[in-house]
Amino acid sequence: MAALRAGKTNNEADQPSSPVLRFGADKPLKLDAGTLLSPFQIAYQTYGTLNDARANAILVCHALTGDQHVANTNPVTGKPGWWEVLIGPGKIIDTNRFFVICSNVIGGCLGSTGPASTNPATGKPYGLDLPVITIRDMVRAQQMLIDHFGIEKLFCVLGGSMGGMQVLEWASSYPERVFSALPIATGARHSSQNIAFHEVGRQAVMADPDWHGGKYFENGKRPEKGLAVARMAAHITYLSEAALHRKFGRNLQDREALTFGFDADFQIESYLRHQGMTFVDRFDANSYLYMTRSMDYFDLAADHGGRLADAFAGTKTRFCLVSFTSDWLFPTEESRSIVHALNAAGASVSFVEIETDRGHDAFLLDEPELFAAINGFIGSAARARGLSA
Amino acid sequence: MSVNGSQRVDLEVVANLIPPQSRVLDVGSGDGSLLELLQDTKQVDGRGMELSQRGVNECVARGLSVIQGDADKDLEFYPDKGFDFVVLSQTLQATRNPKLVLDELLRIGNRAIVSFPNFGHWRVRLSLFVKGRMPVTQDLPYSWYDTPNIHFCTIRDFVNLCEELGATVEKATALDAAGQKIGLSMPWWFWNFFGQQAVFLLKR
Repeated sequence: MAALRAGKTNNEADQPSSPVLRFGADKPLKLDAGTLLSPFQIAYQTYGTLNDARANAILVCHALTGDQHVANTNPVTGKPGWWEVLIGPGKIIDTNRFFVICSNVIGGCLGSTGPASTNPATGKPYGLDLPVITIRDMVRAQQMLIDHFGIEKLFCVLGGSMGGMQVLEWASSYPERVFSALPIATGARHSSQNIAFHEVGRQAVMADPDWHGGKYFENGKRPEKGLAVARMAAHITYLSEAALHRKFGRNLQDREALTFGFDADFQIESYLRHQGMTFVDRFDANSYLYMTRSMDYFDLAADHGGRLADAFAGTKTRFCLVSFTSDWLFPTEESRSIVHALNAAGASVSFVEIETDRGHDAFLLDEPELFAAINGFIGSAARARGLSA
Repeated sequence: MSVNGSQRVDLEVVANLIPPQSRVLDVGSGDGSLLELLQDTKQVDGRGMELSQRGVNECVARGLSVIQGDADKDLEFYPDKGFDFVVLSQTLQATRNPKLVLDELLRIGNRAIVSFPNFGHWRVRLSLFVKGRMPVTQDLPYSWYDTPNIHFCTIRDFVNLCEELGATVEKATALDAAGQKIGLSMPWWFWNFFGQQAVFLLKR
């Protein structure tokens, strides 16, 4: 929290608490937008030890508003890592056994080059001067990080939602470097409805007078109201009608009767306002624009002549896809179409749909069936890779 | 989905038809017993498709490569001759369109292995003949109104379908009630009467 509130710029963006890998003029990042990003940096966290054969590395890809702090206390929020239920010593993804890497994506705001980072050409934050970043750009940068560790082939790449898109991109772009892939609650393209929700979020940010065309740091402001509204709208899409009803119903917030006003009468209103407010404490508004855009632009089939199976032609990677029954952001059909494409490509694929009313966010929660599937898949892949238990 | 209550004596017979290191697709893989058997004893590259989500989740949790899918709808996504063997064990009679499914098996696999309960078995005939009722046996435990088995056939019926689809029967085995193989030298009518289950190895 302190990091974002202090001063006019976001310190965590330039000087993150994580290790940072800096790439100079000799190693630019080629962007899909047609330009080169240079210099640039990647902030990352690692857990466990890389074995001598460098064969036990797992890359975790984070979601839209996630970060590299997957299994350690988050330095900005002070909360546990976002996937600590799954990853850690003795957990399903056991860091005593695997070397786990998670990096902040390019375009993010926790230390990898993004719109909140200082543009070396101007000495000011990039703002909208940063080219639009795609999922493939993020993966290209991650690949340079993997090179840095001398890892030829990742044992597994996994992630949910936007992280799942990166997993698919990894498996498609660098099939020889991915032994197994675990995309969860994701799609091979962003649907029209999902682009629509993202557009609502972006318009909310840009409608905030404190946004200043993206140059809010220079104006000593931050578009907190716009970003909070964006988060409130998005948060609804991560849940389900059933879960909202179960948790909140029409319950009133700290009152006996309706107030006949526009205060937060209902618990759900109060909850959403809280979600919006806490989000702006940890996330950069421009970064939110870039992250949502990267998902909107993702269309793996379109990158391969319109046939998704061609994105995975000849792949040797072992896949496991997971979807959730109540996820209406990335419904099961999205995963199923990827499964069909993988079948057509002759790939080894498992596909699990998990019954839950927790919606899209289920992938971040303690879901025993999800963990059982991940455990089974990782276990058999490890045996096939010859990794000792 | 195990669509009958037997001990699946056919699994061993099916497994014996498959050479080591083959690429195998098991359609209707149930709890994964056959895939696990094939992986452990034949080191096959095995994949499964299973209708029930519970079955799939259990398989994946056990480390098997299985997807949720419907033999009637989802076979079309597989490429021609993508597998050495496609197995359909105890599932044919539960499909909506057995002819189309069998056609797909022959397209996807270099060989297809199909096992099914024989509706020409004497117990079945006896039940209809004497009681005048649809048979409910230890092997076929469902009542007519709640059975998933909507397309029963006899061994003779199946042989006819194979002919219609241009498939060659490379090997056929009938198992009696005790799960024992019935002598090879016996004629079809004998198999059709005493075989409780049949396992066919087909090629086209």
